[in-house]
Amino acid sequence: MYGGGNTFEHIKSNGLEEEDPKKLAEFEARIDRGEKIEPQDWMPQLYRKQLIRMIEQHAHSEIIGALPEGTWITRAPGFKRKLALMAKVQDEVGHAQLLYSAAETLGKSREQMIDDLISGKSKYSNIFNYPAFTWADSCFISWLVDAGAIVNQLANARGSYGPYCRALERICAEESFHLKYGHHCVIHMATGTAKQRQMMQEAIDRWWPPMMHFFGPSDKISVHTEILMRWKVKMGSNDDMRNQFLDMYVPKIWELGFTIPDPNLKKNEATGRWEYTEPDWEEFKRVINGDGPCNKERLAVRRTAEERGRWVRKALLAPKSQYVIPLA
Amino acid sequence: MIDEIALKELIYKMADDLLILGHRNSEWTGLGPLLEEDIAFSSMAQDKVGQSYALYQLLHDLGENDPDTVAFMRNAEQFHNCQFVELPIGEYDFSLVRHFLYDTADALRFEMLSNSAYEPLALLAKKIKGELRYHTMHADIWIKQLGAATEDSIGRLQESLIQAFPYALGIFEPSEYEDQIKADKIFEGEEILQERWMDKISAVIGSTALALPDLGTITPVYGGRKGDHTAHLQPLLDEMSEVFKIDPTADW
Repeated sequence: MYGGGNTFEHIKSNGLEEEDPKKLAEFEARIDRGEKIEPQDWMPQLYRKQLIRMIEQHAHSEIIGALPEGTWITRAPGFKRKLALMAKVQDEVGHAQLLYSAAETLGKSREQMIDDLISGKSKYSNIFNYPAFTWADSCFISWLVDAGAIVNQLANARGSYGPYCRALERICAEESFHLKYGHHCVIHMATGTAKQRQMMQEAIDRWWPPMMHFFGPSDKISVHTEILMRWKVKMGSNDDMRNQFLDMYVPKIWELGFTIPDPNLKKNEATGRWEYTEPDWEEFKRVINGDGPCNKERLAVRRTAEERGRWVRKALLAPKSQYVIPLA
Repeated sequence: MIDEIALKELIYKMADDLLILGHRNSEWTGLGPLLEEDIAFSSMAQDKVGQSYALYQLLHDLGENDPDTVAFMRNAEQFHNCQFVELPIGEYDFSLVRHFLYDTADALRFEMLSNSAYEPLALLAKKIKGELRYHTMHADIWIKQLGAATEDSIGRLQESLIQAFPYALGIFEPSEYEDQIKADKIFEGEEILQERWMDKISAVIGSTALALPDLGTITPVYGGRKGDHTAHLQPLLDEMSEVFKIDPTADW
């Protein structure tokens, strides 16, 4: 998991007129040739800023995403699920570590990024502002939210910034196991008892609207990001990503005998695109700006974890001169 | 001829310890003091739960119920873990001190068991002790580092050490089958284990600004091995089996 649905600010002034035109042309030519940009290379300020923003959001999504799933580790039914879920969530925290490191190569420290997360300044994937009420919700997340993230991440792995691409390659390899685990869980729910099927159907009904939001606002209303597409920061439009996800996973959900709570959902065979009821973008905006069911809780948990761990981080930085011996 | 009742009692207490401590350590997932520690605790928790599974499997081979039923369907008084492992994770200093005290004992226990006359246990112990090597390495590094860093970190660790120590001695609560398992050469016994443990932890603590409590003044917290537990265990088990018990016959 969990990256996806990155939000990009409207670029008011791209500041490109202040960049050295020769260097800018060389930079763009390198990207056109499919070369990767490395940390020590010249890059426009806007590129650096947007990449930090994107990688940081992705890293935050990993550690915040570990919270709704993490609460199911202690409740996972049976050894097989307990062990797999522990390993999965551990992977996600590991992804956060990889991604913070990738973002640090652009000049922002992990501490600054985490401060911006807990102050509410930086965003994370909106979907984690929704609660995971039952075991079936955790199955939905493991299968379908991870699936959505893979769609995004496979695209982003072809982007232009070397450290991010390399982190994503490793992340995608691990994600493919998460997807198998999640699918396996959902299949067991689908083919299990009536109660299990009902739990899973209810989870699908609950999570479908946030899942549609996951890929970000519709292209019709989303901010223009042509320059980011040209620089291979953003690798596909939100609607394209959403369509790819629907194309891959709606048939699989239907195959398991579940319904999807959108009567208008169908594939237009003529265009090859999926049609659906327009997601409620007002709700999306409201939730991303802090007013979702779990925003406050997620940030409060993260903030508490940071505060409780501060003494450990401080002790690690302590210079030898501060040693105090002995205690009475 | 091996005494099966004595053997099972030994395996049950080890398995229950590992399951409960693994469960507790997994509660750090997503909440660790730094990402690297979050990952480390989570990884060690997986090892512990995996080790408990392997031990329950040994019990299953000896005629007990399957691992899922044994782990998810018993009540607190049927568990043989020491009370130490069921205590809440507390702050990181307590979890770290528990990790150090428990895992040092566990590494020594499985080292001893790798020579057990009960072959399946000896084989498993050889595998587990390889994993535990990394757990004790991790614990030692952190105790040495935080136990000699700031006044705050030293104070916290010292306080946790004092709090944890009587419970840690409960790891070595003698079994009523102690003589039997020694005679059968299954295990050399809790007393020898405790002596070796004292040597090991004293060496690590000696290299820090921490001090071990005086063994002579402490009453060990016993009872866990006989099913006598703190109020913390039953809620842990209720949480663990919350989904499983929706339908214990279902395949999740």
